[in-house]
Amino acid sequence: MTNTRTKAPGGPPKRRLSWNDPGVRGIIYQLVALGLVGIAVWFLVSNTLHNLSARNIATGFGFLGREAGFAIGETAVAYSPADTYGRAIWVGLLNTLRVAVIGLVLATILGTLIGIARLSKNFLINKVATIYVEVMRNVPLLLQLFFWYAMISENTPGPRQAINPLPGVFLSNRGLKVPGVEGSSLDWMLGGLALAIIGSLVFAHWAKRHQAETGRLAPVGRVSLGMFILLPIVGWVISGTSLTLDMPELKGFNFVGGLTLTPEFFALLAGLTIYTSAFIAEVVRSGVQSVSNGQWEAAGSLGLSRGKLLRLVVLPQALRVIIPPMTSQYLNLTKNSSLAVAIGYPDIVSVVNTTLNQTGQAIEGILIIMAAYLTVSLSISIFMNWYNKRIALVER
Amino acid sequence: MSSTNTTPSAALPPPTQHQGVWPWLRERLFASPFHILLTVLVVWLLLMTVPALIQWAFIQANWTANSAQECRASAGACWAFIAEKHRLILFGTYPYDEQWRPLIATVLLISLVVCSGIRRFWNVSLLIIWVVGLLAVGILMWGGVLGLTSVETALWGGLPLTLILSTFGIACAFPLGVLLALGRRSKLPAIKAICVVYIELIRGVPLISLLFMSSVMLPLFLPEGVSIDKLLRAQIAIILFAAAYIAETVRGGLQAIPKGQYEGADSLGLSYWQLMRKIILPQALKIVIPPLVGIFISLFKDTSLVVIIGIFDLTLAAKAALTDPAWRGFSIEAYVFISLIYFVFCYSMSKYSRALEQRLNTGHQR
Repeated sequence: MTNTRTKAPGGPPKRRLSWNDPGVRGIIYQLVALGLVGIAVWFLVSNTLHNLSARNIATGFGFLGREAGFAIGETAVAYSPADTYGRAIWVGLLNTLRVAVIGLVLATILGTLIGIARLSKNFLINKVATIYVEVMRNVPLLLQLFFWYAMISENTPGPRQAINPLPGVFLSNRGLKVPGVEGSSLDWMLGGLALAIIGSLVFAHWAKRHQAETGRLAPVGRVSLGMFILLPIVGWVISGTSLTLDMPELKGFNFVGGLTLTPEFFALLAGLTIYTSAFIAEVVRSGVQSVSNGQWEAAGSLGLSRGKLLRLVVLPQALRVIIPPMTSQYLNLTKNSSLAVAIGYPDIVSVVNTTLNQTGQAIEGILIIMAAYLTVSLSISIFMNWYNKRIALVER
Repeated sequence: MSSTNTTPSAALPPPTQHQGVWPWLRERLFASPFHILLTVLVVWLLLMTVPALIQWAFIQANWTANSAQECRASAGACWAFIAEKHRLILFGTYPYDEQWRPLIATVLLISLVVCSGIRRFWNVSLLIIWVVGLLAVGILMWGGVLGLTSVETALWGGLPLTLILSTFGIACAFPLGVLLALGRRSKLPAIKAICVVYIELIRGVPLISLLFMSSVMLPLFLPEGVSIDKLLRAQIAIILFAAAYIAETVRGGLQAIPKGQYEGADSLGLSYWQLMRKIILPQALKIVIPPLVGIFISLFKDTSLVVIIGIFDLTLAAKAALTDPAWRGFSIEAYVFISLIYFVFCYSMSKYSRALEQRLNTGHQR
């Protein structure tokens, strides 16, 4: 009756240092795992330090400030061999971003069109799109890059016999030449364009609020189109209409003037765009197919026009399915742009590769590449996650 | 007059089925003015390209020329180049008289992959088949035993190398990937952190940077005097790369298993490994088979990147064939040829994956 030794039932279990306690076991497992990782890292680092000192390789990022001494084929910012390694790598990074951004935009447009074509009832369109997707998805990107590069550099004529499909556009083994635009009005027109983008965004925002308050629709499409046409023209007039076309011309053995897409850039852009667009087409197709038939029919029975049906009913639902796989396609395209090194486009990988061949500092070079890609990848996924959250279904 | 009609009206005829050529054409090609325009546009495009392509690839092509000059004279493709160089493209620099060995290895590797696709083998026997098969491939390629002359890995090349890199890659990456996926779902924070960092780090960087790392950094990591073969280093990079992607796919399967399965197993008193091995993984892996096939396809294509560190896979072997001064300038033919090889492999695997997805989907709508 007066057994005071028994404890009250239901009290907190006493933690004993026993193998049978899952908590204790967990801590031991974790300590073992951390210990193993720690030993592995220590082993690798100590080996590396030993090897580096044995081979007389310098460490640290001091080499970034030294003179690079090699030329880069195409540069987005001013660069000469007398500049530093740091600047050379910066040029490489800009080249990577340039091809990735243009590739993303083109692949999205092309992929969406082909994805819609695969859903078409039109037999021919459907079949052509299917063949395109199957062929492009199932051949390695690297091979496609080699193919396009060989097409341009070996199977197009020299500058003198350049293919001239449109006036001012020349395709030769030196790349693609297109007319450029020059003159002091250019900045003003670009300013007008930027203003038009901001203006149409502001107007669309206002129109949405206006509709929520009064129920009346504002002509967003027409007003934005007007801004996009009018504002650059206004900029052109204000700045004194000084704008000339810079046409490429054949002088001697090569072209003078105009804008150049080098064979390397052209092959890389074509390969990345075509390869990724096949994947994006599949993403878009499965996204649109995921919207149930009832949604289409209900929207149709409300009397919505086909454009409104797509814009207001189908797309918002399809986008929820499309965005996550689309994000990973974007990331893939960015990472795949590193294949540039295989055809000699000076992206960050090939510049760093040259750098580490010259300085021997392999570890620092590869760390720079990895850091650059991680930064770009993380930025894209943060942006896409933000966009995904914005369009996600808000459940009550 | 207008009283209710009591006699039943005659049944309406069933809606006419679209049969015959003309209704089909009208529905599938000429449904609206816009579709007529599109159809005409596509037909024009096809007329512009397809006949020219057939002319180039078949009608004007040269299949039997003995020299490059003879080949250049014809306006079409020079398939004679492929006929001349097919041994180099398919088997790389492997000793010419011994090339039956990589041929058998190739057949073995392909039959391994085919066996893995047959559901009857989806049990322990598959593991045995893989171990025996990969061992046989290793013996055939390396030699040095059973009276086979030894061939060093620097001479390996072509299609067998591509297949070896991808099948060994997936075979070794799969267990690692499953462990990483389990680690990422673990309740122990330290183990979870290690796995998350590994997976995200690998998935955030391109395969090329890992291959570079394997070719220039790995030798620095090892103690002095120890060196690993170049091919093995590339293989390690591919395994580490693939494991991160497999881990994410398997994690998706693990997340799809309802909580009741864990709780049921716990209430039976199963340990963690029993729970995973007997209850969770069999269900989770079944769900992720189709995406795993997808990973294998992309791994198969990605092995072509070893070109950049100078390993003689199918792609680099083709490029090597192109450097012969006697046969310059047939790169399009060479690339089309190996594209066809890649296409046949990848397309049949993706067809298989889609069929499998439909078959596995019965009654499994989670």
